[in-house]
Amino acid sequence: MTALQAPVRGRALAGGDGDARSSAMRRWWIYALLTIGLLLMVGPFLWMLLGSLKPQAEFLVSTPTFLPKNPTTNNFERLFGNLDFPRFFFNSSVVAVAVTLGNILFCPMLGYALAKLQWRGKRLIMGLVLATLMVPAGITLIPNFVLMRNLGLVNTYPGLILPFLVGPFGVFLTRQFMYGIPDELLEAARIDGANEWRIFWRIVLPITAPVLATLGILTFLGSWNSFLYPLVMAQEPQMYTLPVALATFATGQYQADHGMLMAGSVVLVVPVLVIFILFQRWITEGIATTGLKG
Amino acid sequence: MTAPALTQRGVADRGTAQVATRQGWRRDLTGWAFAAPFVILFGVFLALPILVSFVLSFTSFGLRDLANPIGASFVGVDNYARLLSDDKFWKSLFNTIYFVVVGVPLTLGIGLLIASALSRGITRFRTAYRVGYYLPVITSIVAIAVIWRFLLNPDIGLINVVLKQVGINGPDWLASKTLAMPSIIAMAVWRNLGFAMVVFIAGLQAIPAMLYEAASIDGAGRWAAFRYVTLPMLRPTILFMLVITTIGYLQLFEEPFVMTGGGPLDATLSVTMYMYQQGFTFFHQGYASAIAYVLFVIVAVIAFLQFRFLREDA
Repeated sequence: MTALQAPVRGRALAGGDGDARSSAMRRWWIYALLTIGLLLMVGPFLWMLLGSLKPQAEFLVSTPTFLPKNPTTNNFERLFGNLDFPRFFFNSSVVAVAVTLGNILFCPMLGYALAKLQWRGKRLIMGLVLATLMVPAGITLIPNFVLMRNLGLVNTYPGLILPFLVGPFGVFLTRQFMYGIPDELLEAARIDGANEWRIFWRIVLPITAPVLATLGILTFLGSWNSFLYPLVMAQEPQMYTLPVALATFATGQYQADHGMLMAGSVVLVVPVLVIFILFQRWITEGIATTGLKG
Repeated sequence: MTAPALTQRGVADRGTAQVATRQGWRRDLTGWAFAAPFVILFGVFLALPILVSFVLSFTSFGLRDLANPIGASFVGVDNYARLLSDDKFWKSLFNTIYFVVVGVPLTLGIGLLIASALSRGITRFRTAYRVGYYLPVITSIVAIAVIWRFLLNPDIGLINVVLKQVGINGPDWLASKTLAMPSIIAMAVWRNLGFAMVVFIAGLQAIPAMLYEAASIDGAGRWAAFRYVTLPMLRPTILFMLVITTIGYLQLFEEPFVMTGGGPLDATLSVTMYMYQQGFTFFHQGYASAIAYVLFVIVAVIAFLQFRFLREDA
């Protein structure tokens, strides 16, 4: 018995030793691959940033360099001077802020009613919220355009904002969170004579604040980046949002003006990157939560 | 004695019933009051348009009908009949399916690979990697499409410049009928894998470590642990991601709009893009509504099937 066992244990030990070495090797490989991947993810953004600082002449040479030889801010000056980018930036901001405010008020309202109140029609509304998650944007585009046309809201801020003031994602997110609020807390407030609106406003909303931060950031980014709808609804240049302006210039008369297009991309991307890097925890964790419970 | 007692009880019963109904009504009212903003906005800008879209798809609605939508003339199923024989529509449907069938597995596969590497393969710099891979998800597709069009530029784009250094003459990616769609797929995978990664990381964290210990005691290797522990435990997350990504990819629009304009020779024309062209370039909005409705039905059917099948063989 002993004679038989000894070699087995010996081999197991040797195997263990080899495992440790190979798993360290393996870990290095994983780091190396992940880093190469990371460069591929960040590379295009660097390319954009460096491109935005190149003078037009450097795009015409046969073998362009990665770094600009004579960095210039001329692309940005043309963007803000000749084209109306301050205006587009303002439009994008107005729309994104209004849409965000709408969502962080209206979504938790319905979220609260779905999570904590008993009322007839609740299941129907919950079904609608879930169904809405599956509706492609294209289907509502034409009727909404016809509707806005007849309400005189094409080329106006309300036309760009109204349909997005409340969304199913936010309702779902806040409802999931509010389930966790103890009923005793709300019951105690009811006994003290608080009405539902007061309970919602004074107790539920403050507890939900972290989720509202996530929702607010995601809604802002979604609105800031949205394209198809504003492309249809903002037809006059003075109502363009940044993505509409950039796409219009990129497919129109400026399509070969690489420096200016990269500068335009910088204006569109950098505010978002700043928000993301400051609040990345809120964003990725918020998505993970809804992702899991979806 | 008996008679008054009965009456009294009767009155009391009726009283509680009345109070209960009144409370019931109040509760319903409160619920609907909280739901009102959603219900109104949803009704006006989503439910109504879905119905109107359906009606429009049976009309010849065009530019002159905009001022008087009621006056549009009904054409029965003409729009749908026309779709059946419209080569451009079939081409756009084929392109969209090509994009989904290749793009979705790549996005989810690479996302899962990176998620596994980040949650089990390494111990340091996890946040830095996660932020880096997630970066493209939150940036505007329009900006990304503009940047990638420049990256893929045949003469001065980064990709062909790098290829030239190693002696390869890079093709004109976006002008090639065969390479344009793969280029757009590569960009979409690059942009969206971070979202899959974040959701998969959360899914992986929810798997109890106990299961992996048990598997390793049973002699399971790395692959067996992945196949028999990770995949089954991750099933709901994979299903969710599959549905969400497929629905998103079926609506392909911005990428071809900015990068290729649907070309070359309609090689990257998507269904949504064709709908946009018909509706807002040519103002054939009745016909465009029919295209939108077909896409709507495809999305609904696919979402339904994915839920159905993946749930059943779990």
